[in-house]
Amino acid sequence: MSRIGVFVCHCGENIGATVDCAEVAKMAKDFPGVAFSIDYKYMCSDPGQTLIKEAIKEHNLTGVVVAACSPRMHEPTFRKVAAEAGLNPYLCEMANLREHCSWVHYKDKSTTLKAAELVRMLVEKVKLNTPLYPIKVPVTKTALVIGGGIAGIQTALDIANSGHKVIMVEKSPSIGGHMSQLSETFPTLDCSQCILTPRMVEVAQHPNITLYTYAELESLDGFIGNFKATIKLKAKSVDHSVCNGCGECSAKCPIKKIPDEFNAGLGTRPAIYVPFPQAVPNKPVIDRDNCTYFRKNGKCGLCEKICPTKAIDFSQKDEFITVDVGAVVVTTGFDIKGTDFFPEYGYGKYKDIITGLQFERLASASGPTLGEIRRPSDGKIPQNIVFISCAGSRDPAKGIDYCSKICCMYLAKHAMLYKHKVHSGKASVFYMDIRAGGKTYEEFVRRAIEEDEVNYVRGRVSRIYEKDGKLIVKGVDTLLNSYPVEIEADMVVLGTAGIANPESESLAQKLHISYDQYHFFAEAHPKLRPVETNTAGIMLAGACQFPKDIPDSVSQASGAASKVSALFSQNELTRDPLIAFVNKNTCVGCFMCQSVCPYLAIEKEKIKAKDGSVIREVAKINPGLCQGCGTCVALCRSKSIDINGYSHKQVYAEVMSLFNERSLEYV
Amino acid sequence: MHTELNAETLNLNLKHKIKKDTGEDIMLCYQCGKCTAGCPLNDEMDISPNQLLRMLQTEIPDLEEKVLKSSTIWLCLSCETCFSRCPKEVDLPKIMDYLRSESMRQNSVNKKASDIVAFHRSFLSTVKSVGRLYEIGLIAGYKARTFHLLQDVNVAPTMLLNGKLKIKPPLIKNRSEIAKIFDRIKELEEKEK
Amino acid sequence: MKIGFYPGCSLEGTAREYNESLKEISKVFKIELEEIIDWNCCGATAAHSLNKDLALALPARSLALAEKQGFNEIVVPCAACYSRLFTAYSELNSEPEKLEKIKEIIQIDFKVTSKPINVLEFINKYIKPDLKDKIKNKINLNIACYYGCLLVRPPKLLAVERYEDPMIMEEIIKITGAKPLDWAFKTECCGAGLSVSKTDVVNKLSGKIIDDAINRKADIIIVACPMCQSNLDMRRKSINTYLNKKLDIPVLFITQLIGKALGLDSNKLGLQRHFVKVSPELFMQKGISSDSVSNKIGVEV
Repeated sequence: MSRIGVFVCHCGENIGATVDCAEVAKMAKDFPGVAFSIDYKYMCSDPGQTLIKEAIKEHNLTGVVVAACSPRMHEPTFRKVAAEAGLNPYLCEMANLREHCSWVHYKDKSTTLKAAELVRMLVEKVKLNTPLYPIKVPVTKTALVIGGGIAGIQTALDIANSGHKVIMVEKSPSIGGHMSQLSETFPTLDCSQCILTPRMVEVAQHPNITLYTYAELESLDGFIGNFKATIKLKAKSVDHSVCNGCGECSAKCPIKKIPDEFNAGLGTRPAIYVPFPQAVPNKPVIDRDNCTYFRKNGKCGLCEKICPTKAIDFSQKDEFITVDVGAVVVTTGFDIKGTDFFPEYGYGKYKDIITGLQFERLASASGPTLGEIRRPSDGKIPQNIVFISCAGSRDPAKGIDYCSKICCMYLAKHAMLYKHKVHSGKASVFYMDIRAGGKTYEEFVRRAIEEDEVNYVRGRVSRIYEKDGKLIVKGVDTLLNSYPVEIEADMVVLGTAGIANPESESLAQKLHISYDQYHFFAEAHPKLRPVETNTAGIMLAGACQFPKDIPDSVSQASGAASKVSALFSQNELTRDPLIAFVNKNTCVGCFMCQSVCPYLAIEKEKIKAKDGSVIREVAKINPGLCQGCGTCVALCRSKSIDINGYSHKQVYAEVMSLFNERSLEYV
Repeated sequence: MHTELNAETLNLNLKHKIKKDTGEDIMLCYQCGKCTAGCPLNDEMDISPNQLLRMLQTEIPDLEEKVLKSSTIWLCLSCETCFSRCPKEVDLPKIMDYLRSESMRQNSVNKKASDIVAFHRSFLSTVKSVGRLYEIGLIAGYKARTFHLLQDVNVAPTMLLNGKLKIKPPLIKNRSEIAKIFDRIKELEEKEK
Repeated sequence: MKIGFYPGCSLEGTAREYNESLKEISKVFKIELEEIIDWNCCGATAAHSLNKDLALALPARSLALAEKQGFNEIVVPCAACYSRLFTAYSELNSEPEKLEKIKEIIQIDFKVTSKPINVLEFINKYIKPDLKDKIKNKINLNIACYYGCLLVRPPKLLAVERYEDPMIMEEIIKITGAKPLDWAFKTECCGAGLSVSKTDVVNKLSGKIIDDAINRKADIIIVACPMCQSNLDMRRKSINTYLNKKLDIPVLFITQLIGKALGLDSNKLGLQRHFVKVSPELFMQKGISSDSVSNKIGVEV
């Protein structure tokens, strides 16, 4: 005989102001099987919890219904309370009187009646609840880091230094990401490569880190602590175990005019190449799309002939490897809009209108001009340069709604670098607002204005056109009664919007993580869980979540690494046992369930006779993979699958309880 | 908090009237100045386009009055450059159309704009009586309204010689229909008042 | 083939040559431009400056008449009329309440099915496909194609590709052998409706346009809008006075240029009607053939 306790919470005014909680508790007393019923202002408070514990003991309750807020909010709280009073926690259920009743209805007698019916449903369910015990799963203490930019590097090093294994996957031939392309970094103006390259080398040499460059994630299965990742290792066409990185091949390759990704298109590279001199690994790959050998059926092959170590291997094929990992950190970074995006700035037809990233390459000692600011069209040193902020950002009409966050700072830095290199030059920045919120950021911008005399003009540029070799930049100064400002510039730098990587959507689908309207990966909670995704065991760091600068990326990377380390500090994980199970006696072995299971959790099990011969095959649920979604239950034709805690019987009892003597009153 | 749209505030604030009448939301403007930077007429205007929007945003009656009395609204050529570049898609030409008719309604037309208004009026009265544009009639009417009697006397003879001016008005058959369209619109306007 | 035709007031007067040349080249392609019977003025800038109902009602009447005549498409060569007619067409199609009101005002019941197309759309659709085969005189000129405002803006309404740097005219005239120039003032405003009431504004704005075309070594400017043409051509003397320069670059309608490429007679294309002389040598000197242009009339600039 069931002895159910009902605990009705007012949730302060949240429920109490709309539902007559005392009346609900009173009505619940009469429900069959209810041994005790009471209402209280805050059931989740300490006195509220004590009240439940004492009632369980005093009235010898066999089940508990807490009628309060959403189970998402407090189910763990109340199940813990039940457990502390000696009751199996899964014999405690919640009726949601807040979201399902008080928040969506006006104060009325019928609202109170609905609340009572919600309680009745749960009472009927709890009567059929059985004690359940949490599932324990082992943790594979290896992390997969996708993306080898500064965020990925920091994450990998932090995890590796806490003693765990890391597998890093980078799609391009070298790690380093956008940071390796930068000249000097704000607000300290220290050289980007100088601070980054030691970290890159550390990654390559760390005993706990396995690095796969020129590789991409193919697929990811499994769940927190127990993922299986398939990684595609793209054919490098060079055997890196033999190659000594002498560079002979790149120097002799007859194809030389491929736009250089590392120099943001400002230079060219050969078909067999190392992206930049400090690359890690410092060994080349063949870009097969541009290589004559691959384009013209084996013609050329010069690199193979001259390679002193015989490392060139045209026959290499893409390879797939599968690794077991316990956690994944996504650090795939961001992209920027190109200059061809802007109609009023010439659709990209003017060579001397460049992006911020291209300016970084011009200003970088390792860049195509060896750090001299020279304009792309004729190599002249620009005497008058214009920087335009919010190029595509804060532009709902054509670009993106949001502020890309990093542009104000890097444009101030660009203007400053330019003034340091071209003393006689004039630099102007067109801006709408200067967003310099960060440690010593405001001071940095003021330095550009006050010490380096950068001309800041408040107003958006309407149009740029070319005239007699000059770029005419038309704007106004809105602080001067909208006085027209027309600058005859030699070069224009657009602070183009930071946008999500084009592949982010397909990666999100492989990982089963969500993304926002701009295709940036979504964090689990904007404030309290900023480095986790909604999929347990998958974290985020860096600009793949939103454009951010180096300090922010690095902080987030360390945050993600600490989440991984915390996870790896346990030997096994505890999971809710609310998963599916199969009745072997009735399963007909149609395996429809197997075809719909999104978690690949259903296997085939052979039922054998005593002599070992197979009688038939039935479905079997892998408790490690099953997430209890119930899709298989809905599809099973012989009704042989059920879910712990949500069995057919329990759900049926809930629904049928609504057909009672009071039903007629609602009609 | 949003200002409530009731009859009282509607009477007070031009920006709410504009929202109601044209659907354009003045508050979208964040004062980047791109409209002004691209405006071919900015040099001639007494209030620059972005400042005009800012003035309307404030809801200050003095500033609203200045807007209605400005030359800006009459100088706007509806070239649509501002609208096609506006990052917030504020349809400034549409707002200018509204401000012009509101300025006429309130008898606030800028003195410097009287020539422009005179030209528009002569144009429409020609259309009302003829159905189509009749340049000689238009210019005659415009001159009578503005006393710019000598303007364009230098181009007129060449126009005639080039066959570009018609002496006879291009009357359409159902002229009365056109006049009735003008009358019905006037009636409607008076009803709305 | 027959297609609806809304000439608009200027093609009856100041821009007669636009009308003449459009009809002449259409004839070559066996297209008959059939005028909407009893069409009326679109209201131009005046109507939409002063009264938004009038701005819809006037073009709506012509759209309704065209529909009664059974036209699916109406060619509207004047860019300003096109802008008014197309705005009315789109607004009345998307806002049923407005349509009801306007039907009441114009006292004609109609469904807004006749779609206005501008001269560039017309040429692209009906002339361009066979143009190459019919070229008789290769044009050997550097040409600045000038669009002005109303053929490209507002881009959301007109759905023009590359509205800041359109290429529609360029693609068309390339077929005639002409060399389109990359220049900066393709879509800048010429001063438009302020032609009579604020002549100085027109001098300044149109002056910049002509100046840039000449600086980039254009032989002629071509246009597809009577208002632009009259500002750049008819106002040239006052522009020159204003700039204190002597700019003598001719401004032709695109239809006149195509006409010349098709080997049509200059007088039939109305080339004698221009204020800035279109010299006969223009097509002769660089081109393969030319005929005599009657240039008795025309202002020395």
